Amino acid sequence: MEEIYLDNSATTRPYDDVIELMGRVHRDTFGNPSSPHGRGLEAERLLKEARRAVAAVLGGAADELYFTSGGTEANNLAVLGAAYRHRRRGSHLVTTSIEHPSVLNCYRRLEEEGFQVSYLPVDSDGYISLEELRNLMGKETILVSVIHVNNEIGTVQPVDQIGALIKERNPHTLYHVDGVQSFAKMPVNPRRWQADLFSCSAHKIHGPKGVGALWVKENSLLQPLMRGGEQEGGLRPGTENVAGIAGFGRAAGLTFERQERDAAHMHGLKQKLYWGLREAGLKVELNGPAPEHCAPHIINLSFPGIKAEILLHALENDLIYTSPGSACHSRRPEPSHVLKAIGLGEERLSGALRFSFAAFNTAEEIDRVIGRCLEAVRAFGAGSLSGPF
Amino acid sequence: MPVKILIRYGEIALKGKNRRFFEDFLLQNLKQTVRGSAAQIVRLRGRFLAIAPEKERDKIISRLSRVFGVVSLSAVQPAALELPAIQAAAAALVQDLAPEAPLTFKVEARRSNKSFPLTSPEINRLVGAYILEMIPHLRVDVHNPALRLSIEIGQEEAFLYHDRHSGPGGLPVGVTGKGLLLLSGGIDSPVAGWMAMKRGLAVEAVHFHSFPFTGRRSQEKAADLCRALALYAGEIPLHMVSVTAIQKEIRSRCPEELGILLLRRMMLRAAEKIARRRGLEALITGESLGQVASQTLESMAVIGGASGMLILRPLLGLDKHEIVDRARAVGTYAISIRPFEDCCTLFVPKHPATRPSPKRVEEAEAALDIGGLLEEALAGAELEFIKE
Repeated sequence: MEEIYLDNSATTRPYDDVIELMGRVHRDTFGNPSSPHGRGLEAERLLKEARRAVAAVLGGAADELYFTSGGTEANNLAVLGAAYRHRRRGSHLVTTSIEHPSVLNCYRRLEEEGFQVSYLPVDSDGYISLEELRNLMGKETILVSVIHVNNEIGTVQPVDQIGALIKERNPHTLYHVDGVQSFAKMPVNPRRWQADLFSCSAHKIHGPKGVGALWVKENSLLQPLMRGGEQEGGLRPGTENVAGIAGFGRAAGLTFERQERDAAHMHGLKQKLYWGLREAGLKVELNGPAPEHCAPHIINLSFPGIKAEILLHALENDLIYTSPGSACHSRRPEPSHVLKAIGLGEERLSGALRFSFAAFNTAEEIDRVIGRCLEAVRAFGAGSLSGPF
Repeated sequence: MPVKILIRYGEIALKGKNRRFFEDFLLQNLKQTVRGSAAQIVRLRGRFLAIAPEKERDKIISRLSRVFGVVSLSAVQPAALELPAIQAAAAALVQDLAPEAPLTFKVEARRSNKSFPLTSPEINRLVGAYILEMIPHLRVDVHNPALRLSIEIGQEEAFLYHDRHSGPGGLPVGVTGKGLLLLSGGIDSPVAGWMAMKRGLAVEAVHFHSFPFTGRRSQEKAADLCRALALYAGEIPLHMVSVTAIQKEIRSRCPEELGILLLRRMMLRAAEKIARRRGLEALITGESLGQVASQTLESMAVIGGASGMLILRPLLGLDKHEIVDRARAVGTYAISIRPFEDCCTLFVPKHPATRPSPKRVEEAEAALDIGGLLEEALAGAELEFIKE
């Protein structure tokens, strides 16, 4: 039985080319990029090449890019680094209620430290209201963070309109976009959006784990979170993860090159899954925007009458890998803050399963997934037992 | 230079004619425990001695201190069986421990080799005096010394030591027989297994899961619990049995309030079959009287009645907090509290029966094909040997 991996928002399978390149770099280009000799120089060249490749995806210049240990660190550096650096200008911060924990928990920490944080609510599709953002902002507002593509439900925020509004209200407010789920898979252009900070990660685009980057618009000042040497302009000290960064560059290039084709392909798979499940008679409910509006690679569905975890485990028994839409179990229910923010009730929360696609997935796989979902709901759903579940 | 560790055992020395049998078991278990290291175990009179490279010292001491039957351990300094050699070794040992500051000490000699020409009090006096002469800032305090220097006069050499690590006591694993532990993912059952092992039982474990209602991580949890217990026993065979089909049958054919009870009866039957097949003589459960609905006296009687095998309940006399304390000390607590469901927590009825009558239970069970369900469950069972 072939494995079907539909958890690509959690992480992706690295491209063979990336794995091969990283092996080669580990073996042959092991120098420290800061060393003054030839070994150092050849490693530094790999960094430059990767920086150019990642910057090209963003339509930005290579010297505005800082490599980090991943999306979480990029988000921490953006949020904490900007807030600490500019706290004298004001103490008001704005973000949304559906951010990734690596952003949300930074804001919570800042709140504990005396900053005032406004969390924008979202509508039932996960969109923030521009009007509300306009009302919230003032001359005390020093930073706004918005997640471009939500990792759980795939809502794509109008980051261009948000940027225009922020700069119109207060040109000094820094604008941070969390682009971990959109980077290279969809068109991203932080400069055009008037963003100042943009975070991304390698392992969501078939690159290695442990590498990410923060794009920082020129002249934007951040306070480093770690102290050390002069690497990455002193903003992110520590000997660079040369092989990982090289792998990131290669993955970014390959994903970017195939962006339109792959997006159309994934979008097709997503539609096929949704409509296929419904045609098969499963009354699945969509959590998030209509498939045609949300990101090409994410769909979040609630299956009636079966807990998401049970369906997930039944599917994994057939080597089909998905993600529970909402981490939830009997002893300590912790429904997803995103699904709660879009107003789901108890039953839809517990039945929510996320499918996330990659270019590697095929239409035949989706046919098998639909069939297995149907069988699993029959075998293990509420209708499968006469007693109460 | 290799380090020598003196291993003392207690209870088994008392067992008269069986002594040799017990000692052989303990020796075998000690050897098993240090397998894979360069350490060796040697039999002395009434003691064992581990000889290990210095760099393995801490690891070997920590491993040996988990072997049931061991009462205590000491890293020892050997010396030839002559007073001057013993005096020199004693002074060197004390010198290492008390470089500058004034220290009180006491010498405690024990002469198991009666052919040694000096008595214990004589050794105490002569060695004490020598130490005082060599290290003038020390003082002797026979009542409350900061340092107790012990000297054991053995058959071939003398051993000097000052520290003592306690072992778990109990009986060597395997010496009293073999049992099958019903291992859930909770706090209690691993402790029950540990206590059974402490009384000399070699333990195999069976874990019942209900994939896909429970995830792979709850099976991993059972394996991790066995790994923690294997630190005390070398290796634990773990049987994994799915009860999903049984649960579904119970759900659809039997009264809801009897669900857990019937499921446990099926588990006991399955466990008994595994035990008989594997030549195990008893079942071990983590039940403690009165903790939850299925542990009332009536429920226990009804559940236990499903099996004709001896059921040991080592936790019966413990309060919950005592079990928790013991789980922490054993090292299973942190694993047990991982938040994954086991097959019982998912299926708890709203109002479980607390005083079930055997007659009602038998009537309810008449709706089940007990033999067929057990056969199916055991046919799919998996066996894994879990090592530390």
